[in-house]
Amino acid sequence: MTTSIHGAGSAAGNSLRQGRRRPVESIVKALLVAAAFVSIITTVGIVIALAEPTIGFFRQVSIVEFVTGTSWTPTFAQKAYGVLPLVSATLVVTVIALLIAVPIGLGSAIYLSEYARPGVRKLLKPIVELLAGVPTVVYGFVALFALNPLLQKWWPADDGPAFQNLLIAGIAMGIMIVPTIASISEDSMAAVPRSLREGAYALASTKMQVSTRVVVPAAISGIVAAIVLGISRAVGETMIVTIAGGLTSDRVVINPLDGAATMTAFIANISSGDIPIGSLDYDSVFAVGALLFLITFALNAVSIRMVRRFREVYE
Amino acid sequence: MVTVTSEQLHRPNHESEVTPVNQPGTASRPAVSISAANTTDTAGHQPTSTVPVMELDGVSVFYGDYEAVRDTAMPIQEKQITAMIGPSGCGKSTILRALNRMNDLIPGARVAGSVTYHGQDLYAKDVDPIEVRRRIGMVFQKPNPFPKSIYDNVAYGPRVTGMKVDNMDDLVEKALRDAALWDEVKDKLKSSGLSLSGGQQQRLCIARTIAVRPEIILMDEPCSALDPIATAKIEDLMFELASDYTIVIVTHNMQQAARVSHYTAFFTAEVDEKQERHGRLVEFSQTGKLFTNPADKRTEDYITGRFG
Repeated sequence: MTTSIHGAGSAAGNSLRQGRRRPVESIVKALLVAAAFVSIITTVGIVIALAEPTIGFFRQVSIVEFVTGTSWTPTFAQKAYGVLPLVSATLVVTVIALLIAVPIGLGSAIYLSEYARPGVRKLLKPIVELLAGVPTVVYGFVALFALNPLLQKWWPADDGPAFQNLLIAGIAMGIMIVPTIASISEDSMAAVPRSLREGAYALASTKMQVSTRVVVPAAISGIVAAIVLGISRAVGETMIVTIAGGLTSDRVVINPLDGAATMTAFIANISSGDIPIGSLDYDSVFAVGALLFLITFALNAVSIRMVRRFREVYE
Repeated sequence: MVTVTSEQLHRPNHESEVTPVNQPGTASRPAVSISAANTTDTAGHQPTSTVPVMELDGVSVFYGDYEAVRDTAMPIQEKQITAMIGPSGCGKSTILRALNRMNDLIPGARVAGSVTYHGQDLYAKDVDPIEVRRRIGMVFQKPNPFPKSIYDNVAYGPRVTGMKVDNMDDLVEKALRDAALWDEVKDKLKSSGLSLSGGQQQRLCIARTIAVRPEIILMDEPCSALDPIATAKIEDLMFELASDYTIVIVTHNMQQAARVSHYTAFFTAEVDEKQERHGRLVEFSQTGKLFTNPADKRTEDYITGRFG
């Protein structure tokens, strides 16, 4: 009896229970979850891979010496493991790069988003973004063999830039990150609602005032994100500083006209050399790598806070 | 540069060098009937002035080749509320945006005919649209406060226009009081303008507009995004403001036009021989007359709800 009642329902086709399995659905879900986990697993893997040699390094070198020492000479007979020269070179190059990239990048973003006619923007934006596709090794060579000779020629004083120097590396790096800053900033300015611009124009604003007082503040979270991404690229960029930045690391170099090794340049140089696995030199690479990782991580954390703090929510 | 005292700031800025112009020729257009004769009012406020601050004559607005509104002629009377009503697509907002050159911001938009402000052609070559918008402000359909504090929203206009302000705090308070918002926001001037309700946001936008002391305020369906209570507050406010400002309001709400305005312009959309729709001004007159004794059959059909 009962069977026939239930049977009648399902035979009539109005059962709500799942009739057929949908295997593709669950496979797709599994693939997507796996894809999401790849980046998490990679990050965890990097931390683990960095941790072991780094701990090995700090068993032999005190953290105090590492953090406060002003000479980094793992390959010299007289070995020293103070990381400040590498950090200061990285800092100098990054600051120069930002001095170039932030004004140019923001300027082009404001032009593209507020001033350029739609046709011009359609043409120019892909060209700006194309710059991001130039391999960094090309920037490095252009900096060393094309830009630096010009810089040396035009330098007004006698003691001009060295063959390799932080200034030219910073300039090349700045040009490299312009498209990153311009493109992301422009996206975030273009997302500012038209009604805000109209409101500002109706209050007798000039185009410049609309751009700088309404659009840029409303887009600031995207702009800060763009700049931080630019900083991350500058801090982590390797080819340009290896080719054009110089190798000095036995003392802290602040003068941008001199050459000095950044953290990444040191890692690239020492890794391409012939160093035995497990040696202190080998471990030192990972210690510097771990520091680089920490700095980038801290930058991201700071940027998230800054974005939250300065954001003008417009919806 | 003349220092403007706060006393002077309270008065709308009049162009002293320009003599007021009487309205010539507007009544001669056959398609439009204009009446200044008083009628027994059952709707609208009795006009208290017939000094035009702006005049439109033969105004057409084009978007590219498309003529959105054709041949509009009407005056805007000083310190009166002029309403523009009509069905969707009749060009009333387009005409409104031609009054402070907001159409300049739309690529391909062009205005033909003459729009004058105290006798000066608004579209003359040497006219600065920034100066136009300083004297003719605008409030939009959807409240659009800046994502800044309430205070900074109001102070924005005086800052960008380089107004000489003795005390910005006083100016902000005055503007917020005039916009009937002060009591609701005086304890939270530093909070975001977007933290307010829709009706409060719209009053903030009105405060922001009157902070630069324009002579004319254009309002583009200012209540269409608001509930009836907020709408009533804005309507009361409009009537208060009309003692100091000339107001032009576009509304799709006939009752609103009848309630608040002194003059009403009725627009409609016409389909021409090429099957293109164009906005046309059908009738301009005192609100009381337009609603009780319209001169044009189309106006009568619209206000009695036979179409639109």
